[in-house]
Amino acid sequence: MTRSVPPSPLRHSIRLNLTRPMQYLALLAYVGFLAFPLVFLATAALKTPGELQSASGGILPATLYLGNLESALTKVNLLGALGNSLGVASASTVVVIAIALPAAYAISRARARLKGVAFAWILISQMFPFILIVIPLFLLLTSFGLVNSLAGLTLVYSVWCLPFALWMLQGHLAHVPLEVEEAGAIDGAGRLRVLSSIVLPLLVPGIVATSLFTFITAYSDFFFALVTIRDERLQTLPLALARFVGAEGVVQLGPLAAASLIATVPSLLFFALIQRRLSSGLLAGAIKG
Amino acid sequence: MLLLPALIPVLLLSVYPLVHGIVLGFTDAQAGYNRPVHFNGIENYARLMSNELFWSSFRVGVIWALSVTVLQFLAALGLALLLNQNLRFRGAARVLALIPWAIPPVIIAIIWRLMLNPTAGPVNSALAAVGLPHDINWLGDPTFALPAVIVVGVWAGMPQTTVVLLAGLQNVRSDLHEAAALDGAGALRRFWHVTLPSLRPVIFAITTLDFIWNFNQFALVYVLTAGGPGGQTMLPMLFAYNEAFKYGNFGYASAMGNVMVVLIALTLVFYLRHQAKERQS
Repeated sequence: MTRSVPPSPLRHSIRLNLTRPMQYLALLAYVGFLAFPLVFLATAALKTPGELQSASGGILPATLYLGNLESALTKVNLLGALGNSLGVASASTVVVIAIALPAAYAISRARARLKGVAFAWILISQMFPFILIVIPLFLLLTSFGLVNSLAGLTLVYSVWCLPFALWMLQGHLAHVPLEVEEAGAIDGAGRLRVLSSIVLPLLVPGIVATSLFTFITAYSDFFFALVTIRDERLQTLPLALARFVGAEGVVQLGPLAAASLIATVPSLLFFALIQRRLSSGLLAGAIKG
Repeated sequence: MLLLPALIPVLLLSVYPLVHGIVLGFTDAQAGYNRPVHFNGIENYARLMSNELFWSSFRVGVIWALSVTVLQFLAALGLALLLNQNLRFRGAARVLALIPWAIPPVIIAIIWRLMLNPTAGPVNSALAAVGLPHDINWLGDPTFALPAVIVVGVWAGMPQTTVVLLAGLQNVRSDLHEAAALDGAGALRRFWHVTLPSLRPVIFAITTLDFIWNFNQFALVYVLTAGGPGGQTMLPMLFAYNEAFKYGNFGYASAMGNVMVVLIALTLVFYLRHQAKERQS
């Protein structure tokens, strides 16, 4: 993604027209717009209630006030909610990969007509509004007694992520040529052996990208958790935060900022680790297909 | 044929719920245990036709999705062009510009509620500092709520669009640029006649996806305004959610979902046709 672009005459004349200082100014404006809200959140979390209420106060807090962080951790069950979020997201990832991997293989090696039907299905399902998916799933969960349970939520996320996961995996499978498998078969390897020791290793980048996609989708979801989870002990992180806003957010700016900051840190760390892989993986699956 | 069993879980978990969802749109299904469900044909749709609240939320949804998609695209294209230049700090800027992508929608909404807070938020403080009116209740005033929510939507979705456009820019062949430059084309003309045409498939793909995603947005606006004030930011998804889980009208809410799918599909077909025609000419 960061492959440097070979110098071209374009660069020359843009420099003449737009001039470097203007470009740096524009870049600074962009970064300011995109990064400032997070800086603001971090400083607001460390301000005293008095500082927060006075509109004239500067951006930086006068002293490092830790009361907000403390009351965020005691008032909202953040750590419990974080545990629920991580658990559900991991379980959904395992389920989605277990189902999507064989299915994507079947689709990519199937005859053209089945392939067309499968693709059409995947594309249509991407256009479906959540509401059409959540009502039948809610009825399904009700009849299995899985409403208001983390297992039920895992099932919902798996259903929701499955089509796009299939799409990404088959995109990566398309780059594993059939000849490689045939060569393995000629060398006397059985079908399972061809799959496990030839196809699977070549697919690792695709599996990693698909897992990340599923994990992040489940980890940051709010809608499905809102519909299925009632019990406070079962709340995921976004649900716990949204309910905190509803209950006390208007009055308690400081603790709300602190809770949001604590909840953002894992996402930021995780994202910093994987962003390169994520964007290239999404591109390979979604755009090039 | 051995491969077909691999598709059974997909049929059960993906195809069945979606088909069931469509079918429910033609029934009088209600929330609650053991209520008998009857098919009622097009009754839901006849009721929807005269449901002005639904159509007004639909209008809000279209304005929101179009504005966010277009503004997001223009802003992201500018940023991608800058990041494609040989500027210093380019790598750092690229990472910083991705920040909104890393934050879950609910937290984005909370951050912007704090930013736009009428008394203590930095947005009004900044307006005060330059002598502009600074008592605007951004999310509570019917005039400002939708524009404010649109800005948050652009902020939230810009990184993804930028990354995709940047990848597209890096695939534009530099020899085409060189040939055009030799023929005396200026930077603007080369952007218009070389960069933009080679970027077209990428632009088409990402704006289509952005439009669908934005139209189906829920969490961001639910936490920012919950559809208020006075329905000014009531996106169709919020409306259908209330119908289903506040009032328990599962069948009626599914009918709304069906109408949304059909109208989104029609919009996309129209857009696709238009794109195909442009490519031919």
